[in-house]
Amino acid sequence: MGALTLSSVTKAFGKTEVIRGVDLTVNDGEFCVFVGPSGCGKSTLLRMIAGLEDVTSGDVAIDGERINELAPARREIAMVFQSYALYPHLTVRQNMSLALKQLGKPRAEIIAAADKAAGMLALEPLMDRRPSELSGGQRQRVAIGRAIVRTPKLFLFDEPLSNLDAALRVATRIEIARLHRELGATMIYVTHDQVEAMTLADKIVVLHAGRVEQVGHPMTLYNDPDNMFVAGFIGSPAMNFLKAGTLGLRSATVGVRPEHIEVSDRAGRIEGRVSHLEKLGGETLTYVQTEDHGMLTVRQFGEYDHPVDGTVWLSPDQSRAFHFDAAGQRMR
Amino acid sequence: MSTARHSPARSIAAHAVLIAYTIIALFPVFVIIVNSFKSRRAIFADPLALPTAETFDLVGYQTVLKQGDFLLYFQNSMIVTVGSLFLVLLFGAMAAFALSEYRFRGNSLMALYLALGIMIPIRLGTVAILQLMVASGLVNTLTALILVYTAQGLPLAVFILSEFMRGVSDDLKSAGRIDGLSEYTIFFRLVLPLVRPAMATVAVFTMIPIWNDLWFPLILAPSEATKTITLGSQVFIGQFVTNWNAVLAALGLAIVPVLVLYLIFSRQLIRGITAGAVK
Ligand SMILES: Nc1ncnc2c1ncn2[C@@H]1O[C@H](COP(=O)(O)OP(=O)(O)O)[C@@H](O)[C@H]1O
Ligand SMILES: [Mg+2]
Repeated sequence: MGALTLSSVTKAFGKTEVIRGVDLTVNDGEFCVFVGPSGCGKSTLLRMIAGLEDVTSGDVAIDGERINELAPARREIAMVFQSYALYPHLTVRQNMSLALKQLGKPRAEIIAAADKAAGMLALEPLMDRRPSELSGGQRQRVAIGRAIVRTPKLFLFDEPLSNLDAALRVATRIEIARLHRELGATMIYVTHDQVEAMTLADKIVVLHAGRVEQVGHPMTLYNDPDNMFVAGFIGSPAMNFLKAGTLGLRSATVGVRPEHIEVSDRAGRIEGRVSHLEKLGGETLTYVQTEDHGMLTVRQFGEYDHPVDGTVWLSPDQSRAFHFDAAGQRMR
Repeated sequence: MSTARHSPARSIAAHAVLIAYTIIALFPVFVIIVNSFKSRRAIFADPLALPTAETFDLVGYQTVLKQGDFLLYFQNSMIVTVGSLFLVLLFGAMAAFALSEYRFRGNSLMALYLALGIMIPIRLGTVAILQLMVASGLVNTLTALILVYTAQGLPLAVFILSEFMRGVSDDLKSAGRIDGLSEYTIFFRLVLPLVRPAMATVAVFTMIPIWNDLWFPLILAPSEATKTITLGSQVFIGQFVTNWNAVLAALGLAIVPVLVLYLIFSRQLIRGITAGAVK
């Protein structure tokens, strides 16, 4: 149980509109990721679902029940924050137990719930420590444990991995995916990192300036973006946008992913100068400065060498290109 | 960490400045204490000399303590200072929390209105305050002093504390709300401990003018039963003759309680700074 529905939800801080009419359904048990550039309103939207911000207009419903005016504690949700937000004066066990204690649950039940969550996250040895005695990764696991203890209808994550270093980020990401499988709970996860979005999500919601640009399965967004924003945001390195006119096409812009451009020393459609080369072992990224299209990125699998400042010729694979009109909408 | 910042020359210069300042600041206190242990003649003969076996004299302290009500004056000062301090910190912190945490119409106007009190001396309102106290029958009570000092201390307290409370992690308060803590619990258990250093600063700034004040005790509570230590010491200062031994001894004694309060708060201050924060 834990289906979320947003209907024409808006949010304004004074006169600034931050969320401009969002309609969205998240099904029970789904892992839904809100992704978008910094400042696009992801956190605000999540805080509205949590009840931490008022909804200016529109409806928020869980399992079909309108909850606009319900206090956060009564919404049966749990939230994990970027800054962990553990209570500094409480031990790990007390941090994890507080919500159930506030609900007046019996002691034995609280202890059992905390122990079970601690078991899932390997927190047993830390139960009597205070947050100041834990590392960043441990703190975030405790914060996740605190969320699990409540057995909420909805898990909300606001960039939970952004304060962790790269290795821990991968490990914790995998842990969150495992928890989602084990708990089968509905999770809503906010991130600006599209790798997290792609690897975790059943459904990605791409937000841009307070509007939903596209909703869909990660592979749908990757293979079939609705507009230039989604096409440019999903996929790393980002898609190249070429001016269609110079290529003799009728669309305004052509989008080509870096792996769908061929490089040659001798001949091709577009002439350019190699400005930078990144060898990652498994793949080589070449950044090519062109006259008509600006900087283009080319991705080749394997190890390649293109002399910096040398001239190369690029040939985009037309059959795999995306075409966009002048307003940035996809032409199918 | 630049090496320049740790060069011995800079370090010596910094210490020299700080030591010079400490000497200047402590010199009057030193003179008071030294002279309070000397005979009247010795005070005038050589004010800067340390007491010797010949000039050592406890007559000042004897006079002060014989004056009988001195302990009562002390007690009055303590009650007024601690009472006002408690109210200033409590209401100041609550107002600061409301101003920094809640969005409501007129929030910034309210903040400005509260901050205005920093610039307008409360003594300008003395006549009105006296009329008010007479009308409410509070003249010659410690309550009158506590009320006035609370009003006097609040503007600065609200101003400083709201600035600090804006810095307390939003996520922590949000987590509390989701876990079902009341706004009072969030305020008292989560926010206040994190702004403890600011509270200590405000406490020190609030406490000292209250303890030292002569104006309001003289006007609002000059009766024998409600005299504060500063007012009580004035009996030794006459129009023609001043009992310097007694005045200096009284002042010397008056320093002790503030010093104790200050030590308590400065420990809090350091503990507040070193306690593990959210991240
Ligand atoms: N309390 C607030 N008052 C005014 N503006 C806010 C407030 N909170 C967020 N905003 C604005 O709303 C926009 C979206 O913020 P946010 O949801 O935090 O973005 P994101 O999480 O996507 O980076 C930003 O432009 C931010 O400045
Ligand atoms: Mg955010």
